[in-house]
Amino acid sequence: MTLSSTATLVHGHDEQYAPVFVGERRKELEEMFTRYPTKMACLLPTLWIVQEERGWVSDAGMAEVAELLELTPAYVKGVVTFYTMYHQHPVGKYFIQVCTTSPCGVCGAEDVVKALLEKTGCGELGVTSKDGKYTVIEVECLGACGFATPLMINDLVVESVTPERVPEILAGLS
Amino acid sequence: MATTVEPAKAVTQPKMINLTIEGRPVSVPEGMSILEAAKHAGVLIPHYCYHPGLPVAGVCRMCLVEVEKAPKLAPSCATTVAEGQVVHVHSAQSREARKGVLEMLLINHPLDCPICDQSGECELQDYTFQEGRQDSRYQEPKRFNPVEDFGGDVLYVPNRCILCTRCVRFMDDVAHDTVLNVSERGDRAVIGKFEGKDLTHPWAGNVVDLCPVGALLSKDFLNKARSWDVTRTASVCPGCSQGCSMTVETRDNMVVRLRPRPNDSVNEYFMCDYGRLNYRWMNRQDRIEAPMIRRDNALAATDWETAIPAAAQALKGKRVYVAASPNLSNEALFLLSRLVKLNGGAGGFAVETGPEAPLPGVEDLALRADRAANGKGAELLGFVRGDSSLAGMQNGDVLIVAQDELTLIRDGELARASAVIVIGAILPEIARHAMVVLPTANCTEEEGTFTNLRGRVQRFMQAKAAPGMARPTWWVLSDLLAALGEKTGYFLPSEAFGALAAAHPHFAGMTYDSLGMRGLPVIQHQLPGVGGTA
Amino acid sequence: MGFPHPSHERETPVLSKHFGNHEAIGLEGWRKQGGYQALQKALAMQPGEIVDIVKASGLRGRGGAGFPTGMKWSFMKPGDGKPHYLCCNADESEPGTFKDREIMRWTPHALVEGCAIGAYAIGAETAYIYIRGEFTEPLERMRTAVKEAYAAGILGPNAMGSGKRVDVHVHKGAGAYICGEETALMNSLEGRRGNPRIKPPFPAVAGLFGQPTTINNVETLVAVPHILMHGADWYKAMSLSSPKSTGSKLFSVCGNIARPGNYEVVMGFPFKDFLYDLCGGPPKGRTFKAVIPGGASVPIQTMEEAEATKMDYEGFVEQGTMLGSGGVIVIDDQQCMVKQIARLARFFAHESCAQCTQCREGTAWTTKIMERIRDGEGTAQDLDTLLSIADNMTGKTICVLSDSCAVPVVSGIKKFRGEFEALIKKTTYHPVMAAVA
Repeated sequence: MTLSSTATLVHGHDEQYAPVFVGERRKELEEMFTRYPTKMACLLPTLWIVQEERGWVSDAGMAEVAELLELTPAYVKGVVTFYTMYHQHPVGKYFIQVCTTSPCGVCGAEDVVKALLEKTGCGELGVTSKDGKYTVIEVECLGACGFATPLMINDLVVESVTPERVPEILAGLS
Repeated sequence: MATTVEPAKAVTQPKMINLTIEGRPVSVPEGMSILEAAKHAGVLIPHYCYHPGLPVAGVCRMCLVEVEKAPKLAPSCATTVAEGQVVHVHSAQSREARKGVLEMLLINHPLDCPICDQSGECELQDYTFQEGRQDSRYQEPKRFNPVEDFGGDVLYVPNRCILCTRCVRFMDDVAHDTVLNVSERGDRAVIGKFEGKDLTHPWAGNVVDLCPVGALLSKDFLNKARSWDVTRTASVCPGCSQGCSMTVETRDNMVVRLRPRPNDSVNEYFMCDYGRLNYRWMNRQDRIEAPMIRRDNALAATDWETAIPAAAQALKGKRVYVAASPNLSNEALFLLSRLVKLNGGAGGFAVETGPEAPLPGVEDLALRADRAANGKGAELLGFVRGDSSLAGMQNGDVLIVAQDELTLIRDGELARASAVIVIGAILPEIARHAMVVLPTANCTEEEGTFTNLRGRVQRFMQAKAAPGMARPTWWVLSDLLAALGEKTGYFLPSEAFGALAAAHPHFAGMTYDSLGMRGLPVIQHQLPGVGGTA
Repeated sequence: MGFPHPSHERETPVLSKHFGNHEAIGLEGWRKQGGYQALQKALAMQPGEIVDIVKASGLRGRGGAGFPTGMKWSFMKPGDGKPHYLCCNADESEPGTFKDREIMRWTPHALVEGCAIGAYAIGAETAYIYIRGEFTEPLERMRTAVKEAYAAGILGPNAMGSGKRVDVHVHKGAGAYICGEETALMNSLEGRRGNPRIKPPFPAVAGLFGQPTTINNVETLVAVPHILMHGADWYKAMSLSSPKSTGSKLFSVCGNIARPGNYEVVMGFPFKDFLYDLCGGPPKGRTFKAVIPGGASVPIQTMEEAEATKMDYEGFVEQGTMLGSGGVIVIDDQQCMVKQIARLARFFAHESCAQCTQCREGTAWTTKIMERIRDGEGTAQDLDTLLSIADNMTGKTICVLSDSCAVPVVSGIKKFRGEFEALIKKTTYHPVMAAVA
């Protein structure tokens, strides 16, 4: 599959951008087109595929998606920046999201955050640990309020986390 | 075969809705928004994101009005009229809502008025002064983002942006080139673009006009002039044959900016960047400032009383060829065509061309290939288009160079003329051996009309004074024809136009009054041979 | 059931009957529980008949708006030649609410069945289930269930051999609370920013892809098979508050309470019993201070109000709040109301889509003032300013996120003013001027 000059131009770095939508992924995209009456409706699912493959959505990724779905890169970027779950830069191997909205807030979510920042070595929210293993952020309600405090570690949801459980949870990650 | 007579089709009238706005009854077509209906009632409902040339967004919330019996305030730009509605635009509730919006818009807005280009023509200033709070209740630090160069002629100042999204909607729906987006969410939202994809669309400059505040700025106009210092004059863009209605803004007798003027029949609300930014030639200082005649093998300045007879003398009994500029007014071209008729000869013109650039969201609007305002007028008035403006000249003709800068001629052509008379604003270098030079105004320094490519005749007004002794073209030609024995002697350009309308069926019945400021189409019919067909 | 706790005898497990039962997740296990009999029945009926039954049952939207479902379905004009769409709103993001998550985890086929019946009833051949991106397990379970249903011929061009087409697609969101608003959901599905749309046009006229569309909550749709199997009268009779509020409701209970979880009770159940008996009352050594019974967007209740409440749409309104999504957030005496309200304001500010001026600026401004008060740097005018901002944010925007942000602030200041005042210094401290000095 030839990539348009758009995508290679905007990548802006020395590394070559290898397209995501080849082989199996291309087949997935073709199947996806049959589920919606417009190509544009495939935008969110397509961006998810890019993030699954590369760990984040780069400008080049956005340009590739834009071309496949007949949208402009600026349009795709506007959508990407709206939704919080698309990473616009690389993150740690384990991306840890902690809910701190009030239902979890009243159950000690802040202490869980503190414990995580300490035990992962991140020190600060949003900053990847030096060994590249962890990034910890606070997020809004994860919809698991009865199981306070919930975490998401990449795609895994861990319920009922307390500061005491943090070391054991981190140890469980490879 | 018998012909069947079809019954006359009933003319379908739109259903009319009657409502009351601010106590004034109005009757408007079904489907109209309350905001538009209010205009019919002579009421301006303050608004930001709404624009008649763009799809409705309904996001600024400034246009909320009270509608009796409705549970909530209605966004008037997005609410259609209903029979019997009673709308209050300036009730306490409506004003409180607007005051609230204004306050919210100002909490992060920097106090930039002293350094902001928009000052004096800023809708945020205007409405705040009119209806906003006297004080600010905001005590927190203001949000800050650095200025961004969007490419082309556009700068973006996020701190001033009120997120009305007019710019995004223009690029998306009218220019069909989605290079702008809204990025981020909540109070972090800004207008954004994609790295490497700039705002270089040929019509992108319109976003600067559309921006109600000083968030989108023209780099060309940056810090150039204060809005309240400029004089605004209605005119027609001379950049190409589309003939967009425009406003010429001048200060100290210099053109500082060109902006589009609304005209539903030509350019709606827009103007292309080529026309918009192509005004520096209007301020050229290397102008002919006095009439000149040849004396002792050199051109010497003189006065009109000497120069006109000298030119008439040079023309008497001689065949002429007029190299006309396609940027001459209809009035000037008409008078030149009379000269041709009087002396025998011909007239021709050449037009510089460039790539066409349509504005897809508006019907029949483009930067046209012909980069001149009045090629159509020249054709209708008997001038022949060629790839050289001297193409139709015969050996020995007296050449009248009328505003033509002689850039589109071939080598050696000029030498075929027996004598050269220059009537124009600039004296072309290669015509320095002219016998007589008569200085004229350019199209910002005189009043007249142009005919656009669709045959629309539009008026342009005088925006600044011509330099030195230069005079309006129609006046100079009128005097020249009078010196040759013709009955001219027009006192006003409207008189010259009247003569044109009387002489040419395409313009039959037109007057400056009937043209107004949005123009009229030429009368379409076949001419019996001589001259051009419509 | 009070999942993850054992079912309480005073619960009425209809939708939550199989929570915790791994057997009921797969197609075979679901069929054993009587699954898909309702769909089979529905496909043999006229769509209009189904709409009438749902109307008669009094089922109201369980996402938070409480709009009568049957009436909503009846807005879809049959035979207009346009493709109709059903969207299932599984974007559950209202703080305090986690019932749809459990429904999808434990009974995914119930939702497939509910969607299929709903789609058929409104003349739609296609239903999209929009699931928030954070719900990885529900996404996985729903995708598997849909696959199983297609494989078994339950979905597809000849649904259950009826000759009618029913397609269900799972669509993953990407992190935006506002996509739970029905018009924003449609925009998001179309591949746009999740901006709510102006109404009119209403979704039933021009919705998804510009076509007639109905959007229903997960809990609403999974109630439909039960109503079809047992009848509208059964559904009405179940409730203590018929005819205004019928059937049962899943209440998600969280915060400072002994047994947080999802509880299913009939409409009209006494809230006091619910909190102290079913949910076990406050944690040891604490007392209840306040409760937000319907998710973060409904007014805060004092315990006095809560203990007098009957749990139905009208009952909550009578006691100064709303039923909303049924997300019950309980707050004990150890918590600071100002801190929690500030946190809720921050939530709304984070989630604002940025279209409307009052929401975009107002949510952020409210948050800044609330946090300043929380941190002991409030000023005397702040409470009046907050209330004024809240008034400007109410009833003036495209959607109600703006109003929702104002709600906890207004109800908080009204009912817990003392806590605010205690934090506000008596001096005329001005934070900006102090920084300059």
